[in-house]
Amino acid sequence: MFFNLPFIVAALLVILGITTMLIKRNLIKMIMGLALVEAGVNLLLVSIGYRAGGIAPIFTSAPDGVMVMPTVQAMTLTNIVIGIATTALLLSFVMVIYRMYGTANAEKVRKLRG
Amino acid sequence: MLDAYTLQTGTGFWDPVVWIVVFLVAFLIALAIWLLGEKEYPRDTQAVKPFLSGNVEPEKADVHMRAGNLYWGFTEAMKGYYSRLVPLHTGVLNDYVLWFLGVMALVFVIVGVAA
Amino acid sequence: MMQELLLQNLPALLLAVPMLGAFVTPLIGRASGGARNLWAVAVMLATLAVAVLLTAQVLSSGTVVYTFGAAAPDLTVPADSGGIPIRIIFAVDAMGAFMALAASLVGLGVMLYSLASATRSTGQNGYYALLLLLVVGILGMVCTGDMFNFFVFLEINSLAGAALVASRVDKGVAVEAGLKYAVLSTLGGLLVLFAIALLYGQYGALNIAVIASRMLFTPLDQIALVMLLVALAMKAGAVPMHFWTPDAYSMAPSSITALLVVASQASLYGVFRVVFTLYGLTLDYATIGWIIIILGVLSMFVGVTMAIPQKDVKRLMAYHAVSQTGYMLLGVGVGLAVLGNQQLLDTYGVIAMEGGIFHIINHAMYKGLLFLTAGAIFYRTGTRNLNQLGGLGHSMKWTMVFFIIGALAIAGIPPFNGFASKLMIYESVFLFNPLLAIIAMVVSILTLASFVKVFHSIFMGPRLPEYADVREVPAPMIIGMALLSLLVILFGVFPQEVVDLLITPAAGALIDQGGYIASVLGGA
Repeated sequence: MFFNLPFIVAALLVILGITTMLIKRNLIKMIMGLALVEAGVNLLLVSIGYRAGGIAPIFTSAPDGVMVMPTVQAMTLTNIVIGIATTALLLSFVMVIYRMYGTANAEKVRKLRG
Repeated sequence: MLDAYTLQTGTGFWDPVVWIVVFLVAFLIALAIWLLGEKEYPRDTQAVKPFLSGNVEPEKADVHMRAGNLYWGFTEAMKGYYSRLVPLHTGVLNDYVLWFLGVMALVFVIVGVAA
Repeated sequence: MMQELLLQNLPALLLAVPMLGAFVTPLIGRASGGARNLWAVAVMLATLAVAVLLTAQVLSSGTVVYTFGAAAPDLTVPADSGGIPIRIIFAVDAMGAFMALAASLVGLGVMLYSLASATRSTGQNGYYALLLLLVVGILGMVCTGDMFNFFVFLEINSLAGAALVASRVDKGVAVEAGLKYAVLSTLGGLLVLFAIALLYGQYGALNIAVIASRMLFTPLDQIALVMLLVALAMKAGAVPMHFWTPDAYSMAPSSITALLVVASQASLYGVFRVVFTLYGLTLDYATIGWIIIILGVLSMFVGVTMAIPQKDVKRLMAYHAVSQTGYMLLGVGVGLAVLGNQQLLDTYGVIAMEGGIFHIINHAMYKGLLFLTAGAIFYRTGTRNLNQLGGLGHSMKWTMVFFIIGALAIAGIPPFNGFASKLMIYESVFLFNPLLAIIAMVVSILTLASFVKVFHSIFMGPRLPEYADVREVPAPMIIGMALLSLLVILFGVFPQEVVDLLITPAAGALIDQGGYIASVLGGA
């Protein structure tokens, strides 16, 4: 039961994020939703890498036991870095849009349509 | 000799080189007919002007057909289709996300039912 | 010695050259703009050279496998890892090499064109750096043999693309387009990563070959498949997830749009790689094949009908890009739908796939060319509105010739390259389902109709007073367009040569899942 809890939380986070992106009209809040999806994916990745009783794969004076394969942790770190870059880029886009359009409402930021 | 250039499409074939040769021959014939035409005619008389039932010829810029007037009939005939399709492209970001996730949900259902 | 080292490390060089080039570009740009332009072109030329060498290697000696960080590039599975290739592996088969070649060819055309077209805008250092990074993203996606690596290059592709789309702020409208593109591609990218996590959780591996060899097609695999398929199809601009395409394509600088077309096709490659290599025969190929076919038919029809009433020339062309993507989805989808039936596959499935794949490179050439001509017109007149243009045939003769070549190619008029690939698609799809082939032909006719309108309203008619002082565009732009036109004509006149040389191996590589796995895992 508790073993599955992180996966449930990860799925909930993704669903929350997607719902935010669908129902919030403010562009900043949509990006917050996107960040929630990203957090959910990161949590899923880390939970997949969890091994009960495993130890960190640091060889210097390591205690006895099974070492954890650090692939997913590395993936999570990479995704966090990518996420920072994306969020920064998106927020700067919204900044420029707000300055030029005077609004960050998705229903008004629609000069491109049809 | 031309086999190497022939595109095999499984059930048929297509030979661009032969096509180009035929096209060139047709062009040469057309050119020959054109060359048979009258070369000497008075160029700065009424003969070269368009005849519009005696009306004055309008300015060049006025007779240019702008893009918005082209295919008016097509879009008018397909009005029922376009009046539904064009408004779907709302330009609202939430709708874009909704379409994306909606298609994903639909494909989930299809793949789930088929499996 | 030097030569051998070079030839051994081609897959790494294919990425290292443009990546190094991208990060050095702004440094050189601080010293001198001319030196930076020269550097960027040199880097792109070097990338193309590496891509050509790599393609030659793949075509002569089969899939090239490159293991990063190993003692030798072909040591894919470390001795003490228990049979799992831990390191990041590049596996370039004929399909990947084909895409890399197409991308670097268009990249060179775009780079030459940019030399003139970008001169008037600020921030050129960033422009060239991002352009090269976009090329890195595309090349990485088509070369990698590792799912997570694929995701990383997908994100590089999306970020560089979105930044370039927004780079000319244009009163905020370009930024709006960039935002829409970036939000959708990021969400799609995250769902791809979610699917990768699901696959890793089950099979404990990220390598495509390893996952493919262990694939069981459990319910979790089905969820992962749908996520990968739909997210990548969205990135490729398939209807009804195409809404970002006209926005982004119309607002990006024209040179970038030509490259964005290739970036979308890298995602299309991702779709094909996932369904053919990652899942292969384990998936319900008839259902997935029909899903891809329906996406393709919708893309063809909705794309072309939305294009006809457009007023903005680049928005119109962007809808055509959506429409042409439909042909590729249709061709390869038909191949997938009959994947399990060897007899049907031999009769028309392979030809349909070859047509679809051939259309990818043809589309990259002629659509890139068309966007470049649209950019040339915008460069001289300052407008993209078809209602305001007219009579440019008097002053921009070269641009007009290139436009005619591109327009006839996209409409599938012989003897240009679009006809060759469309013919292969029509004839094979007709055997599969005649209705689909008829729709494909109707779409071609509508495409021609739409480009007749564009041609008439831009080039025909009397010389308009407002464009009296319009001249032909500078030489580098003409050279860029001429390069692509030449390829369009060559591919159209000698289609069988191209098919034999590049397309048949590429289609074969997609179908031959066992060969891909064996080349990475060593015949396991």
